[in-house]
Amino acid sequence: MIRSTHLPLLITLATFVLAYALCASAYPAMLSLRVVANLLTDNAFLGIAAVGMTFVILSGGIDLSIGSVIAFTGVFLAVILRETSIHPLAAFALVLLLTTAFGTAMGATIHYLEMPPFIVTLAGMFLARGAAYVLSTESVPITHEFYDTLQGLYWKIDGARFRLIGGLMVLTFIVGALVAHRTRFGQNVYALGGGEQAAKLMGVPVARTTIGIYAVSGGLAGLSGIVFSLYTSAGYSLATVGVELDAIAAVVIGGTLLTGGYGFVAGTFFGILIMGLIQTYIVFDGTLSSWWTKIVIGSLLFAFILLQKGLTWAAKKRAAQARMRTATGSAALS
Amino acid sequence: MTSQTIGPRPSVLRRILPQLVILAVALALNVAVFPEFFQIDFRNGRLFGNLIDVLNRGAPVALLCIGMTLVIATKGIDLSVGAVMAIAGAVAASVVVDGHGWGTALLAALAAGGLCGLWNGLLVAVLRIQPIVATLVLMVAGRGIAQLVTEGKILTFDNPGLIHLGAGTVAGVPTPILIWLALGALVTFVVRKTALGMLIEAIGINERSSRLAGINSRVLLVCVYLVSGLCAALAGVIVAADIKGADANNAGLWLELDAILAVVIGGNSLLGGRFSIIASLIGALIIQSVNSVILLSGLPPEFNLVIKALLILGILVIQSPRIGNYIYLLKASGPQPEPDAPASSPTKEETAR
Repeated sequence: MIRSTHLPLLITLATFVLAYALCASAYPAMLSLRVVANLLTDNAFLGIAAVGMTFVILSGGIDLSIGSVIAFTGVFLAVILRETSIHPLAAFALVLLLTTAFGTAMGATIHYLEMPPFIVTLAGMFLARGAAYVLSTESVPITHEFYDTLQGLYWKIDGARFRLIGGLMVLTFIVGALVAHRTRFGQNVYALGGGEQAAKLMGVPVARTTIGIYAVSGGLAGLSGIVFSLYTSAGYSLATVGVELDAIAAVVIGGTLLTGGYGFVAGTFFGILIMGLIQTYIVFDGTLSSWWTKIVIGSLLFAFILLQKGLTWAAKKRAAQARMRTATGSAALS
Repeated sequence: MTSQTIGPRPSVLRRILPQLVILAVALALNVAVFPEFFQIDFRNGRLFGNLIDVLNRGAPVALLCIGMTLVIATKGIDLSVGAVMAIAGAVAASVVVDGHGWGTALLAALAAGGLCGLWNGLLVAVLRIQPIVATLVLMVAGRGIAQLVTEGKILTFDNPGLIHLGAGTVAGVPTPILIWLALGALVTFVVRKTALGMLIEAIGINERSSRLAGINSRVLLVCVYLVSGLCAALAGVIVAADIKGADANNAGLWLELDAILAVVIGGNSLLGGRFSIIASLIGALIIQSVNSVILLSGLPPEFNLVIKALLILGILVIQSPRIGNYIYLLKASGPQPEPDAPASSPTKEETAR
């Protein structure tokens, strides 16, 4: 049976299949494994960041800082690998620690100062971008043999190269889905999104959960930054401007309710793929300009928001009718 | 509300006093790093000077924050203003490139901005989508639309009338300064001399009860977003006129954040309710003065964002409800003021935030 909470996810899936079918009918070459592999590789950093954003939005919050954190991570890695001789793995650990601490600090500010997440993470966005500028305003290339090794890792099927970073994204989505649906933390996130007051009354540790959510988002943005630096082999403080909006769009297109409480990590995965598909189609077409990407994503975003509104409205109406029926029913009995 | 008990003049002054102090500090810093900061020359029929520059360069943010103040007072937010600026600039440029006059171009740009505002307003007021999401749609798609208008190029133009709006002067004063001063005065006058301002505050405090009290909140909400769109359009035209071209990618980039920051520095709560356009405008000037300090002191402009972030954080701590309660408790545990003393009104205001 199809539950109404699954409906947005199903519609996302249907959109994806339909979009892919349309693309494939126009350009049969898009069915090739190579396109699929590139879809995963090109959207790896966005996907990883979007997993963090899914948790944040599920809890009813928002994180505007991730684009800046990704840029900061890239610049930090590039500068530290240029200036010191530490191993990239140690640098990865260091930067993940930093970004997780950054997310924790934002979560603590949101919870303890009772400020809207929107404005706190806006400050975080300025801070991270500013820190990246202070480290370096130029694009710093990363040349390290370990980077070459990582970039050289791929799994080849029929000429299609499934690279390490694409695999990392898929792994992040699997772990994210498990955490969201199979752990207490995940359940707490959903409870928080359903309503903070109710969650508190149910015994959800609101402080720990809120701080944890933003720590996860910060940490995943850091991981996404590492992936982005592997993808581009450079750190640039002006990179990934506006990625937070792409991530939010992917989450919404993936069927997660923006008010929190409903949604699936898997939906975000298809949201990312749909957005990647639009980009790929435009590349294949060759005559369409890149700005069409923005317009199509904007319209999709709008369509899914409308869908969410419609579903919430229908659910409310049904609940009201059910209440009415039980009320009149019990009246008739007495 | 204080205007009924104390009279409008002293309450306005008291309201904007913290902002004036911050502005004075920012200007003093400017003087410290550049002693001739306040020097204003009159050359070639135009005023020159750093102070004039601050007023002139602050024009786009000042214009945006007029509309943004109203939107935030209704407990909303308008993320699309930067994109609307790009659209308006693109429309104005394409109209003059097609050979029409600057008046037509301005009207077309305002119409485009108004349409964008109307769209946001309908999403928020009629479809009941939360404002941050509703305006996100246009923020994402808006730059694409602007690029569609300019066909992906940077449209340059040499229409003297349109350029005059951004780079010209009237009686020696740069036009942008006059535009934002006039618009700020007009909107303040309209919302404060009629009940509109109070109705907007009522929506921000509690929309449901304001509707039950008979306020047509839908129409008012649409109007507020409409005003924000119009302000953004005007800012977009000024920015385009200033560089004699419409750059769909970079016009107004991140200005929505500056505008929100200006409103927050102006002491307006993001949770809606009481607002002051004058305080927001001073907030815009504070931002521009800070930019000017960084430029004049020779500090790398990279520090600009870090300083802005610290500024927001500081204000957040001050605005935080929990800190407000703490201060209130401190005050309450001190010597009690006379019950009918006017000193009791500011503490009430603080708890209301």
